[in-house]
Amino acid sequence: MSTNTDATTGIPAQRSGGNDEPRKPGKQQRFADGGGVLNVFSHGFLALWAVLIIVPLIWIVLGSFKNNTEIGDSAWSWPSHWGFDAFTRAWDKGIGDFFVSTVIVLAGSLTLTMLLGSMAAYVLARYEFRGNRVIYYFFVAGAMFPVYLALVPLFFMMKNLGTVIPWLGLNQYAGLILVYTAYSLPFTVFFLHSFFRSLPSAVHEAAMIDGCSHTRAFFQVMVPMAKSGLISVFIFNVLGQWNQYLLPLTLMQQQSSSDPDRSMLAQGLMNLAQQSGYASDFPGLFAGMTIAMLPVLVVYLSFQRQVQAGLTSATLK
Amino acid sequence: MRHRKTPFILGFLVVPVALYIALVIWPYLQTFGYSLTDWSGASSEMNFIGLDNYTALFKDSAFLGALRHNLLLLVVLPLATILLALFFAFMLNVGGRSGTGGVQGVRGSAFYKVVFFFPQVLSVAILSVLFQGVYRTDKGGLLNGVLIALGIVDENHPWDFASNPTFGLWCVMGVIVWSGVGFYLVLFSAAMQSIPKDIYEAALLDGAQRGTTFFKITLPLLWESIQTAWVYLAIAAMDAFALVSTMTPGAYYGGGPDHHSEIMATLLMRNFITYGKAGYACAMGVVIFFITLVLSVVSLRVTRREKIEF
Repeated sequence: MSTNTDATTGIPAQRSGGNDEPRKPGKQQRFADGGGVLNVFSHGFLALWAVLIIVPLIWIVLGSFKNNTEIGDSAWSWPSHWGFDAFTRAWDKGIGDFFVSTVIVLAGSLTLTMLLGSMAAYVLARYEFRGNRVIYYFFVAGAMFPVYLALVPLFFMMKNLGTVIPWLGLNQYAGLILVYTAYSLPFTVFFLHSFFRSLPSAVHEAAMIDGCSHTRAFFQVMVPMAKSGLISVFIFNVLGQWNQYLLPLTLMQQQSSSDPDRSMLAQGLMNLAQQSGYASDFPGLFAGMTIAMLPVLVVYLSFQRQVQAGLTSATLK
Repeated sequence: MRHRKTPFILGFLVVPVALYIALVIWPYLQTFGYSLTDWSGASSEMNFIGLDNYTALFKDSAFLGALRHNLLLLVVLPLATILLALFFAFMLNVGGRSGTGGVQGVRGSAFYKVVFFFPQVLSVAILSVLFQGVYRTDKGGLLNGVLIALGIVDENHPWDFASNPTFGLWCVMGVIVWSGVGFYLVLFSAAMQSIPKDIYEAALLDGAQRGTTFFKITLPLLWESIQTAWVYLAIAAMDAFALVSTMTPGAYYGGGPDHHSEIMATLLMRNFITYGKAGYACAMGVVIFFITLVLSVVSLRVTRREKIEF
């Protein structure tokens, strides 16, 4: 981290106003002078952007404690009464169910994506056989295509599948899990392929000489070695699938009035916001958003270093 | 190896490849076929009509408008996001100069990074609902509230932001940039930190100012990350469906008022789900595909530079 430079040079950091303070004569001083005005300017910009991000979020959280008139009257009203009724209302209107649906689907799809993706990537990266390159490029090509290209046929395919195998059709968790997995495979394979290639082969060879089977070598030798790569691509997939909107919107509509509402969180929240019934209950909507934001915020803040590192390394591959 | 490889390879590949072909490749191919028919989607009946859908597309003023809007997104989004992210990343990583003579970021850069990145982990639905509140067209909206408090906007005539025919799309772009900057900031930061410190220190000793350092050292060494960012943002600009369809007015999948903020994705969904024109929607999907393909290839070719090893 660049911010630790002070510690490594052994000189106590003089950061408070240190930019305008000439500490050494000569060149040092000239740098500092040049930076003074610019620093105020850049600090101002950074702080402004931070405010632009934090204020709307706090405003939403505050909104869940206001009542409708307070919200409509002025953006600056302060909640007159601190109560959690809006949260109970939001929960009753289905936020809880959407959450559970999302967790069920993500648990399934992420497990499958990681398992199938790493298996395919491993075989393609470490074994020579005919057709290897073809299959690899086949996977990589899929990462380039927009999902719109597949949307219409995919909808009818799932619909038809539902008439044959009911638990795989539209508005079924298992169906959506398979779709999420299939659409996450290209990137997962692409990323893990280059990762498995970069691993040393000596350990694997040693295991094989000791009589380890190929399958066992993969699960007990290669997967632990590839842990950091797996974590990166896992985080990437969590965010990608958590953010999905188009696929659940198309595939998870209630098929009949008796069909339970299995909306994903993104889709459910959006529906609530657009329903006229909810328009009269802004505090409830704001509370629903607060509920939806909190777990992400907690997870992100506890793992922010891994999340940032994971995402960037996944993108730069 | 003594163990038999073939069953192992087959066993590991068969499920992922089968799933991928069935749910990704096969629908992709079908789309090309359907785009040549007048299929409605509801019945199994369809007639082959050749390229009629495509000729109709390029006479459809709504589609041409949507195409123009997508191209606008394509120019504005990457440019705005990358410039902001680069500026912030430079400030956070090498912008600060404290008395010790080392090269380092401004104070609190770790805090800024955490905050700036946060919108990236919010689901797009939360973004949409959040900004529906921010852009509310009465005095209860956050932005209108700020503008009224500053005396810029009259309390009785608040601005209409996302419902405005001219500025609606720009409001949506604002949201996309707002949420995206943090990610590219972290991306560029990681790249900047891999640049050896002595290069900067050498430049400092030669008397380089901050601007020179940025343009002569940082920018050339970051070129590859910028290129990656450009491709990602271009793909995001071709999408934008979730935000446009929910934030702009219009009965089915937004795009209003009167197609003023229409993009290809919203038009596709409306034709498919609402109007039951599956064949026509497929033709749009194919057009989106070709634009994405051309874009990725072009941006990778045009921006290609000699790689600088360090």
